[in-house]
Amino acid sequence: MSDMRASPHERMTHQGQTPRQDHAYPDHPAAPSPEARFAEPRAKGRAAHALEQARGRLMVTVAVFALAFAAVGVKLVDATVMSQGGDTGLAQAASAHAIPASRADIIDRNGVLLASSLATASLHADPKLVINPVEATQKLVSVLTDLDYQDTLSKLRSDKRFVWLRRNLSPREHYEVNRLGIPGLYFQREERRVYPNANLTAHVVGFTGIDNNGLMGIEQSFDSRLRSSSEPVQLSLDVRLQHLVKRELQASVDEFQGLGGAGMIMDVKTGEILAMVSLPDFDPHAPTNDENARFNRNTLGVYEMGSTFKIFNSALALDSGKIRMGDSFDATKSIRVGRFSISDSHGKNRWLTVPEIFKYSSNIGSVRMALEVGTPAQRALMERFGLLKRSPVELPEVGTPMVPHPWRDVSTMTIAFGHGLSVSPVQMTSAVSAAINGGVLHPATLLKRAPGTEIPGQRVISPQTSDQIRRLMRLVVTEGTGSSAAAPGYLVGGKTGTAEKVSGRGGYAKKALLSSFVAAFPINDPRYLVMVMIDEPKGNKRTFGYATAGWVAAPLAGRVIKQVGPLLGINPIDENRPDIRNATEIHLAPRGSTLASY
Amino acid sequence: MTAFARTDHSIFGRWWWTVDRWTLAVLAVLMGIGIVLVQAASPAVAERIGLDNFHFVQRHILTLIPACLVMVGVSLMTPRGVRRTAVISFIFFTILLALTLVVGFEIKGARRWIHVPGLSIQPSEFVKPTFAVVAAWLFAHGRTSERFPGAVISIMLYLMVVGLLMMQPDLGMTFVISIVWFGQFFLAGLPIILVAILGVLGITGLVGAYMLFPHVSSRIDRFLDPAAGDNYQVTRSLEAFQNGGAFGTGPGQGSIKMMLPDAHADFIFAVAGEEMGLFWCLVLIALFAFIVIRGFMRVMRDDNLFIMLAVTGLLTQFGLQAWINMASSLHMMPTKGMTLPFISYGGSSLVALGFGMGMVLALTRKRFGGGDGT
Repeated sequence: MSDMRASPHERMTHQGQTPRQDHAYPDHPAAPSPEARFAEPRAKGRAAHALEQARGRLMVTVAVFALAFAAVGVKLVDATVMSQGGDTGLAQAASAHAIPASRADIIDRNGVLLASSLATASLHADPKLVINPVEATQKLVSVLTDLDYQDTLSKLRSDKRFVWLRRNLSPREHYEVNRLGIPGLYFQREERRVYPNANLTAHVVGFTGIDNNGLMGIEQSFDSRLRSSSEPVQLSLDVRLQHLVKRELQASVDEFQGLGGAGMIMDVKTGEILAMVSLPDFDPHAPTNDENARFNRNTLGVYEMGSTFKIFNSALALDSGKIRMGDSFDATKSIRVGRFSISDSHGKNRWLTVPEIFKYSSNIGSVRMALEVGTPAQRALMERFGLLKRSPVELPEVGTPMVPHPWRDVSTMTIAFGHGLSVSPVQMTSAVSAAINGGVLHPATLLKRAPGTEIPGQRVISPQTSDQIRRLMRLVVTEGTGSSAAAPGYLVGGKTGTAEKVSGRGGYAKKALLSSFVAAFPINDPRYLVMVMIDEPKGNKRTFGYATAGWVAAPLAGRVIKQVGPLLGINPIDENRPDIRNATEIHLAPRGSTLASY
Repeated sequence: MTAFARTDHSIFGRWWWTVDRWTLAVLAVLMGIGIVLVQAASPAVAERIGLDNFHFVQRHILTLIPACLVMVGVSLMTPRGVRRTAVISFIFFTILLALTLVVGFEIKGARRWIHVPGLSIQPSEFVKPTFAVVAAWLFAHGRTSERFPGAVISIMLYLMVVGLLMMQPDLGMTFVISIVWFGQFFLAGLPIILVAILGVLGITGLVGAYMLFPHVSSRIDRFLDPAAGDNYQVTRSLEAFQNGGAFGTGPGQGSIKMMLPDAHADFIFAVAGEEMGLFWCLVLIALFAFIVIRGFMRVMRDDNLFIMLAVTGLLTQFGLQAWINMASSLHMMPTKGMTLPFISYGGSSLVALGFGMGMVLALTRKRFGGGDGT
């Protein structure tokens, strides 16, 4: 095959990168190949042809290889730097460590924590990456003792790519599991909402769902604010008052076997709600599906409040200028309206003055007062008191009042004693606050008003009318239906309300009552208003079977005031001091005698 | 560099001044990179199967020594010596190959290994390079001598070797040997019409393998449809490249390599991708391409058809094996049990590789007067 050699000259140019070297081995044997002896001249041509063909085809091979390696290079670029959008196991692990913005806290007016977020880690696994499921399970069970061995093992042996093993590990458990160093296990950083006061503020604070979105209460209405800011939301609530109201309300609900109850304390000068309790309640960590427990009676429920509405009726009469305290109205017999008859439960069957109508809670007298002032004025006053539209309180669960439409004279008559217009207790509380604080309605709020800020308010009645309302409410406690609300030293004034609930059949149910009491103290210069309500109380031996407000709600209000008074910094005063009596008693101008003489 | 003076006419002196020192250097660099990567990839594997952390690295270095000795030793030979050694080795290892069917032991469903006292070897690894040289000689001699039916003998030998390999079965090896042999035949002047026919036959063979061997069909199915089954290694491999990005995580810093069962062998390129990043992997590709294409260019100037065919065959083998390994790591083709030459942990195959590259070095040495061609 040596005969395929090219000429020495050609060879030099082919092989010699440094042709000079060719002569470096002059003695290098250029031994003729043994086969050369048999070479035939035409074989030389064949060989040259074969060599040329091979060279040409070798070029093709070179090109194929160059292309193939270039293709690997291109794919490599693609796999390393062009595919960053993909999801690698590492990327997942890394993102799990990113700390999500924590949901802000909710605190009460004194800074007590009502809702907070705890960072927890939840353990999950990619079973395909778990090399030894048995070993991994044994190790896990030794650390997380509440894990079930068989259950965990079957999870780790499954064909899935994602299984939850345990949610919300404590920091210690998180550390222990990490220390095991089992491949294929990952942590999902999670946040868990914690409510240190649990049920106590459940209706106000609300709760969050599995992905930390607010589903009720302040958690829902301030959802975006809580998500975006780390600044806590400070409520107007005071958990101490909240606790006292809940304890006393619960005692009354239990005693009278009520369906539930509602209780509020409001600062009448600011509209701030210091306590808001609805019973039954629930644990916000495990929200119940029980509608009755989830229902916020203070804001979502709308009720015909009954006789407490006589506060507004008296304000209507006195503020109109048409009626004065000393005026009397015929309450000798019941009033017939169509097929209904309006009568008094504590009937005196005689003419009654305005304070007497209020004190004895006379429906007949109230109706006559309202009729004298007229429908448009009554409607306008209810409008001003904010009783015809939803309360502005910052909760998603706010009921819309049921306003008569059209507002006929018969509506005027029933609204005079609190039927025919359904409002929520929070509307009621705001409106009564306005009636006694000098006549200015401040929107109800659950947020603490920063000291020094201007408190929004609208005048609804004159200060003089407001003063007269305070005296009327004091009269109820000193001589009338609300005497059991008396809390010596705190100068309580109030009004009972016993409403018959609308029965499912369209009429009023005599036995299904809503007993309520609104009380303000100290009545000479009211600071706080307490509103309590028991839903469907049943009379008992102690109350001689009565379930009316005087027996059920008034004592409850008294107990609450006796306990919250000291907390609110109200100093008990001598109720018989002449200046105090002068400021709280009613002196009917013409005859110059107090009503106490009746 | 000048370990030997130019006037040193000893065997090593002459070898040093005539051998392709560039290729030699690149091979040395590859072996160095291989040690680093095996060190990076194998502890996780070793721990998983209960071996000492350094088990694979130590064995790798221990087998690199004989591989280097074989390579240098063979590269000292003349082309004629290479041819004779190849023919004798081919006969010897083909007999061993046939023996595997009788006395070989079975690993993962195939009989590929044979025990010789002291070590176990895979005869096909040695049949592969020696057959390339034997076939080159047959083709070259057939082209130059009218009376010598080189192509016919070559075809018969090819069928015999492939037959033995399919009985093991070893499809990867069959594939490589077929491509190499076909490439040599092509260079040796196979008429274009036959090129087409053999191409069709090759594809038929692949389809036949797909139909006949369940493990082959499963692999190809999985390649074509990732949802069809377990693609674990390739998925991890791609994640490793992605994790490495342009600059890599740094030596020893990779983490996806821990999840790659074959990180030290078939998927070592993914370890390289994760730890060294895009640029060094491109360099790695370039090193392999350099060896292959430089070898091709060198023999293109040669006027000895045997040398041209033999070197082309050996380098095609080397380049193809590297390419298949890298391409399957990158999911460009179905996974094929093939190591990355001189980089992967490969045990006895390293010695066979050294043998093959030693022959390449021997055949591409500068020859003056070309007298000892064959």
